[in-house]
Amino acid sequence: MAEAVATRESYGKALAEFGAKYENLVVLDADLANATKTDTFKKAFPDRHFDCGIAEANMMCVAAGLSTAGYIPFASTFAMFASGRAFEQVRNSIGYPHLNVKIGATHAGITVGEDGASHQCLEDIALMRTIPGMTIINPSDGVEARAAVEAAINHYGPVYLRFGRMAIPVINDRPDYKFELGRGIQMADGNDVTVIATGMMVEVALRARNLLATEGISARVINIHTIKPLDEEIVLRAAAETGAIVTAEEASVIGGLGGAVSELLSEKRPTPVVKLGINDVFGKSGPAKELVTLFGLTAENVAAKAKAAIALK
Amino acid sequence: MEQAKERALKRTAADVRLGIIEAVYNAKSGHPGGSLSVADILTYLYFEEMNIDPKNPKWEDRDRFVLSKGHTSPALYSTLANRGYFPVEDLKTFRHTGSYLQGHPDMKGVPGVDMSSGSLGQGFSVACGMALAAKLSGKSYRVYTAVGDGESEEGQIWEAAMFASHYHLDNLVLIIDWNGLQIDGRITDVMNPTPHDEKLRAFGWNVISIDAHDFGEIEAAFKAAREHKGQPTAIIAKSTKGKGVSFMEDQAGWHGKAPNEEQYETAKAELLALRASI
Repeated sequence: MAEAVATRESYGKALAEFGAKYENLVVLDADLANATKTDTFKKAFPDRHFDCGIAEANMMCVAAGLSTAGYIPFASTFAMFASGRAFEQVRNSIGYPHLNVKIGATHAGITVGEDGASHQCLEDIALMRTIPGMTIINPSDGVEARAAVEAAINHYGPVYLRFGRMAIPVINDRPDYKFELGRGIQMADGNDVTVIATGMMVEVALRARNLLATEGISARVINIHTIKPLDEEIVLRAAAETGAIVTAEEASVIGGLGGAVSELLSEKRPTPVVKLGINDVFGKSGPAKELVTLFGLTAENVAAKAKAAIALK
Repeated sequence: MEQAKERALKRTAADVRLGIIEAVYNAKSGHPGGSLSVADILTYLYFEEMNIDPKNPKWEDRDRFVLSKGHTSPALYSTLANRGYFPVEDLKTFRHTGSYLQGHPDMKGVPGVDMSSGSLGQGFSVACGMALAAKLSGKSYRVYTAVGDGESEEGQIWEAAMFASHYHLDNLVLIIDWNGLQIDGRITDVMNPTPHDEKLRAFGWNVISIDAHDFGEIEAAFKAAREHKGQPTAIIAKSTKGKGVSFMEDQAGWHGKAPNEEQYETAKAELLALRASI
C-alpha cells in the first residue's frame, strides 16, 4: 500500500498539475494557501493565484465574477469558512446563478485535530446539500482527490470539494480505478449488510468488513465520493440485496451522507439504516488520530453498527 | 454637456422612471424609492457610457454592470427594456408568477442582466471578480457596480473595497447611490456609514463626488474614472430617494412600497409632464 497522504496534499498537487492543462483555471485563497496546499499551484502559476486575505465572503463572490468571464476558479479555505461563514455568498452568488465555481474546502471534519471545535466543520455536507444544483465530492484518498479535481474542472456548475488535513491510507491506487461524477464505487461485495461510506471512512469500512468476516458476516462496502447528486441506483440495489445499511462519514449524522441515504430509502425502499458519524455534538481539541477513536470513527464501531443494522432487519 | 444630448438623456430617464412606476404598480410591491434615485445613473451608463450590444447581451467583450443594490431591479429592468434588451410592455409582469422579471435581478432569465443580485454586499465583490478577469485576460472591458449607501453598512463592502484597491482594478467603477435613506430611516440615524469619501480614499480609491441627477456631472465623473489609472474609482452620487415623483421624494416610507391606483396616476402624470417639459 502506498504511503498515507492527506487529501488536501493531493488537491494542491492536482491544481498545479491541471493548471498546466487548463489555462482558465485560477485559484483563490483566503490567507491559508500554506494550509489548503494551494501554494503548490501558486508556485507553479503565480499569476493565476489570488490571495483574497481573510475575507471569505468577498472571495466567494470574486470567484463568481471570474467564472462569468469564462475562468474556472477554485476558491479555497477551510470547510468551516467555505460552507459556514460564506454560506449565503455560496448560495446566492454561486448556487442561484449556477456559476462554474469550484469550492476547495480543506480541513473538514474532526481530523483538523488540535485546533478544536471552532475549526472542525461537521455540517458542511448538510449545508451544501440544500443548495439546488450543487455537486458535493468527498474523496476517500489522495488518488480520488486528484480525480475529483479533474472531474470538477470538466463539470459545468458549482462543485463543493471536501478535503481533509490528516494523512490517510491510499486505497484506490489500482490500474482499473475510475472516477465517475455521481457514481458510487462498490469496493467489496457482501450479502448481509452494506456499509455506505464516504471520505476517510471508506478505508475504515473496509477494515470493518474484515472484522465482520471473522464473525461470519458478509458486508458490502460502497464508496460514495459524490454525495450530491447521490448514486441512487447503487444505494437501492444495496438495500434490495443486503437488506441493512450503515452509513459512515466524518461529519454530523444530521443531513450528510446518512441523511441523503435515509431520505432516499425511506421514500423508495424502506430499509434499516444505522448512521455512523458525529452525533450532534461539537468536536474537541486533540491529535487527529485520538479524536478518530474518541468520536468512534473506527472499524470496531462500524462493525458494531453493522450488527445493529442487521438486527433491525 | 451638449444641450441636445442632455435633453435626450433627460427624456430617456423620464421614460425609465415611468417604467419603474409601471412595474412596481403592476406588481403591487417592489422598491420605487431607490429605483428612482439611481435612474439617471443607469440611464447614462446604458445609453452613453457602456460598450454594449442589446442584440448580443452575452458578448464577451462588453462592459459589465452589477446592480449590487439588487432590490432596485425596477430601475435596471426599465433601463434595459428602454435600451432594447426586451419589450417595455413586459415591465408590467414584474414580480408576477411565471414572469422572467424576478423580484431581484436574475442573470439566468433576463437579457442584459450580468449578475444575479439582491443579497446586499455581494454584487460589488462579483464586480471585482469581473474586473480581475478583464485584467487577467488582457481585455479592455470595464465593470460598473451600483451600491446603496445603506448597503455600505455590510462588512463585505469593505472587503471588496480592499480587494479592488489591492489588485489595482482601475477598470472598475463603484457608484454609491447616496440617497441618505434606508428602510428604517436616515442612514446616519440607523447605522452611520459616513463619511464614504474619506473611508474610500483611506482604502486606496480614487473618489469623485457628484450630484446624481446632473448629467453634466455624471458624464464628467465617468470620464475622469476612465482616465484614472492604478486605482479603482468610486463615484459618490448624492441623490434623492424617490426622485421625480413629488410625494415619494426623500421619504424612507417609499423604500419598499407600491403606489395605490390614485398614487400611480399622480406619479405617472407628474413624470409625463416632466418628460413633456424637457
